[in-house]
Amino acid sequence: MLVDFFYKLRKAQIPVSITEYLALLEGLSSRLSGYSAEGFYYLARATLVKDEKYFDRFDRIFGAHFQGLEESFAEAFGQVPAEWLARQAELLLSEEEKRRIEAMGGWSALMDALRDRMEKQKGRHQGGSKWIGTAGTSPYGAYGFNPEGVRIGQERSRNRRAVKVWDRREYRNLDDDVSLGTRNLKIALRQLRQFARDGAEEELDLGGTISATARNAGLLDIRMVAERHNAVKVLLFLDVGGSMESHVRICEELFSAARSEFKHLQHFYFHNFIYDSVWTDNRRRHDQTIGLMDIAHTYGADHKLIIVGDASMSPYEITMQGGSIEYWNEESGETWVRRLLAKYPHAVWLNPVPVLSWRYTHSIQITRELMRERMFPLTIRGLQDAIHALKFGLN
Amino acid sequence: MQQRFLGTDTYVATEDLMMAVNAAVNLARPLLVKGEPGTGKTQLAEEIAKVLDRRLISWHIKSTSKAQQGLYEYDAVARLRDSQLGDERVHDIGNYIVKGKLWEAFEHGSQPVLLIDEIDKADIEFPNDLLLELDRMEFFVYETRQRIQAKHRPIIVITSNNEKELPDAFLRRCFFHYIRFPDKPTMEKIVAVHFPELKKHLLRDALEVFFDLREVPGLKKKPSTSELLDWIKLLMAEDIPREALRSNEPRTAIPPLHGALLKNEQDVHLFERLVFMNRRNAR
Repeated sequence: MLVDFFYKLRKAQIPVSITEYLALLEGLSSRLSGYSAEGFYYLARATLVKDEKYFDRFDRIFGAHFQGLEESFAEAFGQVPAEWLARQAELLLSEEEKRRIEAMGGWSALMDALRDRMEKQKGRHQGGSKWIGTAGTSPYGAYGFNPEGVRIGQERSRNRRAVKVWDRREYRNLDDDVSLGTRNLKIALRQLRQFARDGAEEELDLGGTISATARNAGLLDIRMVAERHNAVKVLLFLDVGGSMESHVRICEELFSAARSEFKHLQHFYFHNFIYDSVWTDNRRRHDQTIGLMDIAHTYGADHKLIIVGDASMSPYEITMQGGSIEYWNEESGETWVRRLLAKYPHAVWLNPVPVLSWRYTHSIQITRELMRERMFPLTIRGLQDAIHALKFGLN
Repeated sequence: MQQRFLGTDTYVATEDLMMAVNAAVNLARPLLVKGEPGTGKTQLAEEIAKVLDRRLISWHIKSTSKAQQGLYEYDAVARLRDSQLGDERVHDIGNYIVKGKLWEAFEHGSQPVLLIDEIDKADIEFPNDLLLELDRMEFFVYETRQRIQAKHRPIIVITSNNEKELPDAFLRRCFFHYIRFPDKPTMEKIVAVHFPELKKHLLRDALEVFFDLREVPGLKKKPSTSELLDWIKLLMAEDIPREALRSNEPRTAIPPLHGALLKNEQDVHLFERLVFMNRRNAR
C-alpha cells in the first residue's frame, strides 16, 4: 500500500525512510486522517516530510500520484452504510439545508433516489446535472453547487476552496533550489560557525577545576575559561558594476546576511576581476584603494576567502597583463588570484550566473579552473556546498 | 480513546496543524514545529497542555545547553564544598544529582506536555544526544546506577527557528509541521479571538494596512502575527479612529504607531522612503 508513492518521493530526493513510512501506515490504521483526501494529505505530509523546503516537491508528487483520488473516495461511497451517512449529514448540514431536504421528500427519499441512480450509473461521471460524479449541479456528488445536494467524499470547508491544498503550491519559495532570501542565506552561512574560546576568562571550567583540585590533594582550586564565541574570519570580495548589475539584489542579500553572521568580516570590491588593488567604499573607489599585498599581509592565513562575481568577461581580462578594462595592470588577474589562493587556501567563488550557462562562457571556465573547481552557484544549495568546501583547505 | 486537538478559544489552529498535533499525540511521536518568528510556535505547546488538561513542562534551550542537562546534572562543586566542610550529606551521591526537565517529565504522575523550545539554538550535536531518550523514553543515571523510565510517554513539542539543520536521524523520529504565515481569513479569526470587542471595520482596515506592509519589498523583518496583535492593542489603547487608517491612500501614508510593526530602524527608513516616493509619484 502506497509503496509506489513512497518510492516516487525517494526518487524526487525527499529523504523519506522506512520508519516514516511505517509511521504513516500506523497513523492510517488508527484512523487519524478521517475519511477525507485532505486529512490524508496532511497526515502524509506531517509524517513523511521533515523540512519545509521539501513541501513544494511533496505537493507536486502528491498531486501527480493521487490525481483522481477524490473521485475514488466518491466511488467508495457505495460501500458506506446509509445510517452513517445520515448521521454525518446531521452534523454537517445547517438548519436551512435540512429544511430543504425535507422539501425534497426528506432524507430517506433522497438516499433512495441516490442508491437508485448509483445502480443505473456505470463509470465515472463529471459535470452534467443528473448523475453522481463531480463538479455537477445534480444533488449527488462532490464539488456540487446544489444546496440540496449530498456531498460525497468531501469536507465541510470545501466550498470556499477553489483548488486542492496540494495543488496550490504555497510552499514553492521554500524549495532550496529556487529561492534565496536573507534568512535563507543566514542559515546557510551559519554552518560556517566555528566556536573558540577567546577573550576574558569568565566561565567556570568544571573539568579543569576538578582535576586541579584532585591534584591539589582535595583543596579547592578554581579554574576559569573564556566563553565560546564564533571565531570564524572571513574576507569577502564582491564584483560590482558592469555585468553584475542584474545580480545586485542577491549580492546585497548575501552581504547583509554575511555581515550579521560573522563578527570578523572584511569586505572588498573589485570590477570584473581581481588585480593588484581593490577598494572598500564604492563611492570613493578611485582615491581609496587597497593593495592586494597589503591585504595579504594584514589578514592571517586563517581567514576564509569568499569571492562573489559572475566571472563573465573577455578571457584576456584574466590571463593577460594589461587586460583590465579600467587601467594598465602590470600583472595578469590570474597571477593575483593565484597569490590570494596561496595565502588563503580556504577559498570559494560564488557565481550568481545559473550553472547551466557556465560552460558557454569561456572566462567562467578559466576562473573555475583557477579556483580548482571551487566555484558554486549562488543558490541555497550552492552556498551550502561552498560553506562545506570552505571547511577544508585547497591543499 | 483518541483525544483531539481542535484549537482553542485563544488559539486558532489550521486543519493541517490539527492533523499534525493529533497524529503526534496519538502515535506518541515528538512534534517538531517550525515557522516564522511570531507565529505562535511556543504557544502551541501551552494550548495543547490546556486543551488536553496536562501539565506543561518547558525546557528552553540556549546556545550553551547540553542534552545531559535535560536528563540530570551531577553537582560536583556542591559535593566538593560539602566534603571540605565535612557535611554528612556528602556520602550519598544521590544528594548531588539534580533532575533535569526530561527526568521531571518522565516522573510526572500523569502524561505531561514537554516543550523543548528553540532546539536549534543549541550545539549541532544536541538533538543526536537525545535520540535514545526520546525513542525509548528512558535513560540511565551512571552515578547512582538507576534506570529512569517514563511512567507515561510525555507529549513532546519541539520548536525550531531553523538556525541550524537538524540531523536526519532526529528528524526521522519526529512528526513535522511548518506554521505558515496565516492568510487573511485566518488572521481575522486570530485577531477576533484576541480582541473580541474590536469593531469589524477597524479590524478590516488594520489588516489591510498590515498585509500591505508585509508586501513592501526588501523589509528585513516582516511584521508577524504577534506584532499585529501588539499593534492592535496599541491602536485600541490610543483609541485611534478608524479614519486614521482609512482616509489615507495605501502606500502613501505612514500608519499610526508603526513602531509596533517595524522593529528595525533600517526597515522604518526604507518604508518612509517608499512612502515618500509614492507620494511624489501620486502627485
